[in-house]
Amino acid sequence: MPVVMDADRIGRTLTRIAHEIVERNKGTEDLALVGVRTRGVPIARRLARTLQEITGHEVPTGTLDITLYRDDLMRHAVGPQPLVRSTEIPFSIDGRKILLVDDVLYTGRTTRAALDALIDFGRPKAIQLIVLVDRGHRELPIKADYVGRNLPTALEESVQVRLQETDGKDEVVLDGGGE
Amino acid sequence: MTVNALRGKDLLGIAELSPEEIALILDTAEAMKEVGTRPIKKVPALRGKTIVNLFFEPSTRTRTSFEIAEKRLSADTLSIAIGHSSVVKGETLADTALNLEAMAPDMIVLRHASSGACHLLSRICRSAIINAGDGTHEHPTQALLDAFTIRERKKRLSGLKVAIVGDLLHSRVLRSNIHLLTKMGANVWVCGPPTLIPVDIARFGVTATHSIDEAVRDADVVMLLRIQLERMEGAFVPSLREYFRVFGMTEARLRLARPDAIIMHPGPMNRGVEIASEVADGPYSVILEQVANGVAVRMAVLYLLAGGVENEEAA
Amino acid sequence: MKRLLRGGRVLDPVNGIDGVRDVLIEEGRISQVGRDLPVNGATVTDIPPGFVVCPGLIDMHVHLREPGQEHKETVATGVASAVAGGFVAVACMPNTTPVNDNANVTLQILAKAAEANLARVYPIGAVSKGSLGELLADIAELKQAGCVAITDDGRPVSTALLLRRALEYAGMFDMPLIEHCEDPSLTGDGVAHEGFHAAALGLRGIPSAAEALGVERGVLLSELTGSAFHVAHMSTRPSLRAVRKAKEAGTRVTCEVAPHHFTLTDEALTTPIPYDTNVKMNPPLREAADRDAMLAGIADGSVDVIATDHAPHHYDEKQVEFDRAPFGIVGLETAVPLALDRLVHAGHIGLSRLVELMSVNPARILRVPGGSLSVGAPADVTILAPDLQVQVRVDRLRSLSKNTPFGGWELRGGVAATLVAGRVVYVNPDASLALE
Repeated sequence: MPVVMDADRIGRTLTRIAHEIVERNKGTEDLALVGVRTRGVPIARRLARTLQEITGHEVPTGTLDITLYRDDLMRHAVGPQPLVRSTEIPFSIDGRKILLVDDVLYTGRTTRAALDALIDFGRPKAIQLIVLVDRGHRELPIKADYVGRNLPTALEESVQVRLQETDGKDEVVLDGGGE
Repeated sequence: MTVNALRGKDLLGIAELSPEEIALILDTAEAMKEVGTRPIKKVPALRGKTIVNLFFEPSTRTRTSFEIAEKRLSADTLSIAIGHSSVVKGETLADTALNLEAMAPDMIVLRHASSGACHLLSRICRSAIINAGDGTHEHPTQALLDAFTIRERKKRLSGLKVAIVGDLLHSRVLRSNIHLLTKMGANVWVCGPPTLIPVDIARFGVTATHSIDEAVRDADVVMLLRIQLERMEGAFVPSLREYFRVFGMTEARLRLARPDAIIMHPGPMNRGVEIASEVADGPYSVILEQVANGVAVRMAVLYLLAGGVENEEAA
Repeated sequence: MKRLLRGGRVLDPVNGIDGVRDVLIEEGRISQVGRDLPVNGATVTDIPPGFVVCPGLIDMHVHLREPGQEHKETVATGVASAVAGGFVAVACMPNTTPVNDNANVTLQILAKAAEANLARVYPIGAVSKGSLGELLADIAELKQAGCVAITDDGRPVSTALLLRRALEYAGMFDMPLIEHCEDPSLTGDGVAHEGFHAAALGLRGIPSAAEALGVERGVLLSELTGSAFHVAHMSTRPSLRAVRKAKEAGTRVTCEVAPHHFTLTDEALTTPIPYDTNVKMNPPLREAADRDAMLAGIADGSVDVIATDHAPHHYDEKQVEFDRAPFGIVGLETAVPLALDRLVHAGHIGLSRLVELMSVNPARILRVPGGSLSVGAPADVTILAPDLQVQVRVDRLRSLSKNTPFGGWELRGGVAATLVAGRVVYVNPDASLALE
């Protein structure tokens, strides 16, 4: 399966995004990072570290499990429920600019669920979306503010993001599918 | 091996659950507990689902707990408290349930005075049935919240010595707890007068004793069960005073347990009968935590039984 | 009318016959039993090989529910069920509404039986008026009207004193007293056998001692009065022990066991259907050791009779919570297949002993005709097909009520035909017996 981003490339991409964040928001004053489970979380933490290196300022980071907000729950008569994991947002989001972080942007439904969840936590000043890979095929009017890499894909293909923290190594792989 | 679903359509008792399913419920309850700490204590997970709380026995605590859990998951909830008069009027449980079914609730939470009432409903109704206490048979969500509380405090269930004291014969909480704790590897002791211990109790995988000192010695958890006033009438105990003298949980007896032992009670308590007030209000008591955890555990059960997607294909 | 049953294996323990014989029936009576009997104008039926011709089976414990509970069963539906089960006669219990404590009810039952004209019906009268356990019923009147025994079945006779008096009084007519043995204070509001399974299901228990206490009481009073005492639906080891001891001492005690007590155990409370009200009866299903003891008693002669305690209840009454359901299951149409499969084929007893348990002994205890194929005896005959594959079909039961736990059971052995007074009252369409 072709590796479309290797560890090196991922590292440089995240660094570039961190700089973009600082530039666009003119600093990191009222920012907070919220990583969408599962792989959005380590990406958010890495960004937080990089932002600290750049600005010397610690950006608060939280984790968000969007399972209970999914629009595809309860659609079928029977079936196992997706596992619910914990959400930890140990700071107030009121008045802050929330940087929502996810690994892949695809149909946009996960982001929609994450937005609903965040609104239940408070009233942020703004929400900006950061993704490592945008693979197209949006089904909702959602766009990312920061994109690591644009990767046009066919519907039957799938994008696998692997990270050191969760999978033991950093790489983004494109699975041809249908073989 | 972990599972991500419950096998059955209903929750009729702990007896039918595997240890993996129990762990799944407890893990899910942890995530649900966090919802109760948010400013908006609501998630849309069960939006549009109708849940009927059908209570044939009076209960404020359990019913309220279920109602809050259901509302936190955005379900539409309806509580029906059926007094004895309705039963006397002649409509059978089966007919009551079928009439309800015709209005298509997704889930029915049932509390009833007859053991096996939930099994009967499960055979008749398409809705998912959740047992909120049937006769003297089981009260599964109570045992689950008890286990959740123990796990929170002790970080595990396996290998703990748990002593359960009280009216074991008439207690559905006891049966559910015995099933759950033995399945999860705890060392369960039960204690009470011979008149209130079920026949063949050892076959449930527990150690039975009439000596409260023996039961409580080195225990990690001491769980007290209610003694009802009516037990004097069946000649089960001569008097509640005598019961307290022989089996009551006092501070002196508490000292026999481990220094970090916790005291539990499903409520409502008879102070001065099964438990001394100082113990109930003391630092070892987690009785109020049990109540708080009840909502999270019930949310987990409702969520897991409500059905969902076949796969994890997310976007 | 002459009928010749040719070539079947005839089992007539009273007359010491077990072998291939022909049976000639004339004017409703047994006229001849022998080898190669001449036809002489009789209607001939060739009995297929393996089929057994025996004296008609008698069920001495049946609830026909009429008068007063006709939604559960009537005399007509009850006797139809009986003959389909291979029974030529049933003795029916007095706990009807009103209770059969007087000649009027007795005669009403007999009239209905005559109208149905299928199995013979022998009413059993009450011990006490209304079976309330206060005053003796008019026992002589009951006997004269046609009752063959007395009982307050449904419950035990209320006090030892009343039981003593009833035994003395009925002894005058040599009428057996049949007792539902139980100490009600020990039973309390129990609904299932006091044991592990009831405890696990949260069902209040009925200890074995409750039944045994009733047996011990009856045995002592039978000894005191010298009267015949019959233990109904025995189910426990201590009861059997007491009966054995009494028999050894020469006391006039007999006892019966129902098919569910020699096949099922209290495990049926949980499997296959938890809280199945079709396994709720009194006395309840006991532990495996009790079931095995009943089998041993049946084999060694301690048990005298197999009787069904056929207790029909309407579907609505059983479709409720376990502790609210009435006690009892139907049994007329499953008794023979269960007995053949679980007693004979399982190797506990031979066919001859089965005939004793289900025909010879009931006739003897109730002092009614039957139990043999003696010349001149009424031609009440049951033809058994011991190797017939039977599947219990609840929808095909002739009883008005279908409360049985045996639905779907596959058993080896069934009834081929039933004749009462030489008349064919039942033919099993699946038994390939060409009987007109």
